[in-house]
Parts: sequence; C-alpha cells; structure tokens
Amino acid sequence: MLDNITFGQFIDTHSVLHRLDPRIKIILLIAIIVFIFLAGNFISLGLIAVFCIALLINSKIPLKMYLKNLKVILPIVIFTAIINTFYVSTGTVLLDWWIFKITTDGIMRAVFMSSRVVLLILISSALTYTTTPNDLTDAIERLLSPLKLIGLGNLVHMLAMMITIALRFIPTLLEETGKIMNAQKARGASFTEGKLTEKIRALIPILVPLLISSIRRAYELAEAMECRCYNGGEGRTRMKQLRLRKNDFCAISICVLVCTATIILNIFF
Amino acid sequence: MKDNIICVKGVSYEYTDADNKKQVLENFNLEIERGSFTVIIGHNGSGKSTLAKLLNGLYKPTKGDITVDGLSTLDTKNEFEIRRRVGLVFQNPDNQIVASVVEDDVAFGPENLGVEPAEIRTRVDEALKSVGMYDHRFESPHQLSGGQKQRVAIAGIIAMSPECIVLDEPTAMLDPKGRQEVMETLLRLNKELGITVVLITHFMEEAENANRAVVMNDGAIVLDDEPKKVFGEIVFLKKIGLAVPQTSELLYRLKQAGLNVSTDGISVEECAAQIAATLK
Repeated sequence: MLDNITFGQFIDTHSVLHRLDPRIKIILLIAIIVFIFLAGNFISLGLIAVFCIALLINSKIPLKMYLKNLKVILPIVIFTAIINTFYVSTGTVLLDWWIFKITTDGIMRAVFMSSRVVLLILISSALTYTTTPNDLTDAIERLLSPLKLIGLGNLVHMLAMMITIALRFIPTLLEETGKIMNAQKARGASFTEGKLTEKIRALIPILVPLLISSIRRAYELAEAMECRCYNGGEGRTRMKQLRLRKNDFCAISICVLVCTATIILNIFF
Repeated sequence: MKDNIICVKGVSYEYTDADNKKQVLENFNLEIERGSFTVIIGHNGSGKSTLAKLLNGLYKPTKGDITVDGLSTLDTKNEFEIRRRVGLVFQNPDNQIVASVVEDDVAFGPENLGVEPAEIRTRVDEALKSVGMYDHRFESPHQLSGGQKQRVAIAGIIAMSPECIVLDEPTAMLDPKGRQEVMETLLRLNKELGITVVLITHFMEEAENANRAVVMNDGAIVLDDEPKKVFGEIVFLKKIGLAVPQTSELLYRLKQAGLNVSTDGISVEECAAQIAATLK
C-alpha cells in the first residue's frame, strides 16, 4: 500500500523545460498565472491557452500525467462552471425553471472561468513535473533572499532547510510506517475491517511509535548536523550555483511577448 | 615525543537526567596519536558513546579537559575549529544524512564551512571517490543499502577535510557485507589519506587491522595495547563480558587442551599459520 506512493511529481524527460533555471521557471509561472486572470476575453485567453499547450508539449511529459492532475481538480472545475452558469442572467434565455435561469452568456462565462482553472492546473503541473523538489526549494530560498535586507535572511534559510529535511525523510518515514504496520498486523491488528471508529482507533498504535521514533531521529539528526559545523544560514556557501543561460533569456523573452500580446488583445477586442 | 592529535586529561562526565545523576566516565585519560588507527572496544553502557561525543566537543566534560590540536573543547570559541578537525560518524546512517541527493549531502559540511563553490565541487567528488560511492552521486539516499549510506555519511565528513574521524559503532546496524565495506573504506582512508581513525565498536573483530586496541569497562580503560596482545587476554575479556574473535578463542582452547601454540593471531590466516607452525 505504501510502496506505490511516488514522492514528488518530478519526471525526468530531459526536455528544454527541465534545463531551465528553476528560479526563472517559478517567476514565469507566476507571470503566466497572473496573465491567465488578466485575460478578459476568449481571444486573449486563447492565446495564453495555445502558449500553455505549447509548453506542455515541450515538456515531453505524457499527456496522461497532466490529465491525472486534472481529474483531481475536476469537482472544483464543475463547481465553478455551475456557479457561473447561474450567476449571469443576460443574453438569450435557454431555460427558465423556478429560480434557475440558464442563458447563453451564462454558459459562455462558465466555459471561460473553467478554462482558466484548467489552464492554471496544467501550467502548475508543468512546473512540478519538470523540476526536482530540491531545485524548487533551492530556487525559493534564492528568490526570497532579498528578505535578508530586512533581517529575515535566517528565517528564509530555516524554512528552506525544513523543506529539505522534510523531503529527505518522507521515504524514510514511509518505510518505517510500513514496518510498524506489519509488526502490528503480525500481532493480529486489522486496519481494513470494522467500523470507521474502529479503523481510526487502529491507527493509534501506528502513530504513537512513529511519533516517538521521529522525535528520536530529529534529535540524532540535530547532533549530526552540529558535528558537520551547521550553524544556520550565516556564512554558508552553496556548491551548486545557479547561472542564467541563453535558454533562460529565450524563455523570458517569449513570456514577455505572450504577456504583451495578451494585453493588446484585451484592449482591442 | 609522540604527536598526539587528541589528548583527554583527567576527564569525568556525569549525566543529570530528571533527578538522578549517573557517572559515566571518571578520571579518564587517553591520547590519540596523529595518523593512527585506534579501536575502542566496550560493551553497552561502558561509556564509549559518551566518549565519542566528548572528543569533538558535542558534550563538555564535567571535570578535566580535552584538547584537539591544542584547542580545548571547553572553550565555545573553539567549537567550529574542533568540529572541522574531528568529524563524528554515528551508528544510524539514516539519521545523519540531510539532503535527498547523495552529492548534495556530502556538500553539506563544506557548505557550512563557507568553502568556495568550485572547491566544494572538487572536495565532494574526491570524498565520494575515496569511499567508492562516486557512481551513486545523483541517487537518493533511501535507494542505497545500509553500508552504502554509511559510506555516504563518511564521505560527508571527509569532504570537510578533517584530521581525524571518530566513528561511534558505525557498523552496528549493518549486515556483514555492509560492515566489510565500511571497514575497508576506513582502512584505506587511514593508509592513503593519513586520516586518524578512532573506531568505537563492540565487535572485537574490527580491531584486527588497527594499530591499537583500547578496551573500556565501566567508564575506565582496562586494556590498552596492540590488538594481538589485547586479544591474548581471553580470560579477562570474557570476565568483563566481551566476545572474543573465534580465531583467538580457538587458539586459546587449543592451548588449554595442552597444545603448545601462541595465542596471538586474529585473522584466519594468522591463526592457521600459528597452528601449522605448532603441528610441524
């Protein structure tokens, strides 16, 4: 049960997107998301949609993987669509029953809003599929480094270190949970039968040892880190330096063009 | 005069948890010679883990003083310099690996020291090569075996270019194959890079290739000599509850049975040679 949990969403296909600087990827993702919401009509949104789809194709990640992420978000898309359908009451009336009134404008708006949500999910998945969790953490730490100027540098560093350690220990703790469950099963515990309350109660003998061992691990890890001269972010250097390359500048230029075009299309249509 | 890297002088250490005090070490003296391979043997509760943590200043002695290259561990200003010189490797490799990529973890120590990025790169590559883990540098620690993980932990210390490595039961959680991998790595680091090794263990066999074996019991040194001579003291070792290597045990029993055989032979080859010499 615990073996098939893949950790992180990274899939290595060695595409152009994989090789971009993670900092640029995060900034461009934020820019694209902002412009998805700035796009005011079907034509400008269509342009962004085409751009996003081009990115997805470029990532060389199987379409199946993107659809998997969409499936999770499907209820939200449907909910958005329904709300928007009934929210707008202008345009030709298609159906009028009791308090419900469906109009052409309403349907258009529903399609528009749900397309936004779908695009948002697709483009965010493109980031997590093409960037390792480590690169993401690293990029976030570096992007937030201006906070050092207002004395929050160590806070940013600690946050990044916490994420790094959490990512490192997820597989270790999963393995341990499996071991504890097997140990309990060997003594006759059942995690699949009985009423909901019984199932929840059966989890206690797993969670308690897991918590205790995590605390012990944390204590040992802290000692090991101290032995390796860890002293917070102050005076620390990094082995991996991020440097912007030609590809990164290309990506920035393309994004700027698309975003400008979106604004122009917004104004003229 | 001997060139000692670590000097432990009249050290006492006591734990104070809740309301009871426990004296672990009392008036303890030990000198570690630069470039040597010392094995410290003792059963559980003999104070050997406490000793490991005292050697790099993680714990401070209650009485007495410990100096590393002349720097006292009592002075907090020396903490950084001492830990750079004396690296500590623990029992559980899982709980000392920080990053989820092997090479990132090895880089953790030198990054903390503020080494230049290009220099870290060379150090990391060399450290990984010296423990034979270079081919695994992009892998995630949880995909490695116990012995491999422990070698990554050792590489993480090597990358800080220490003078001395102290290992606290590094093989206790490993299978025989992993144990052998770690032992071979340590011997090579000691011979080729001249790094001082202090190996703390309860497996007597691991002292086989050391220069010196120190036996601890109840927070005090009871034997301190060449491994061969130490293992000759079979009756005494058994009395304090330590399991002697099977080879030493065999030679000892042969001698008791009336065969005129010398009891100093630890490896299987040495043991066989001793018996062969007697039978000739």
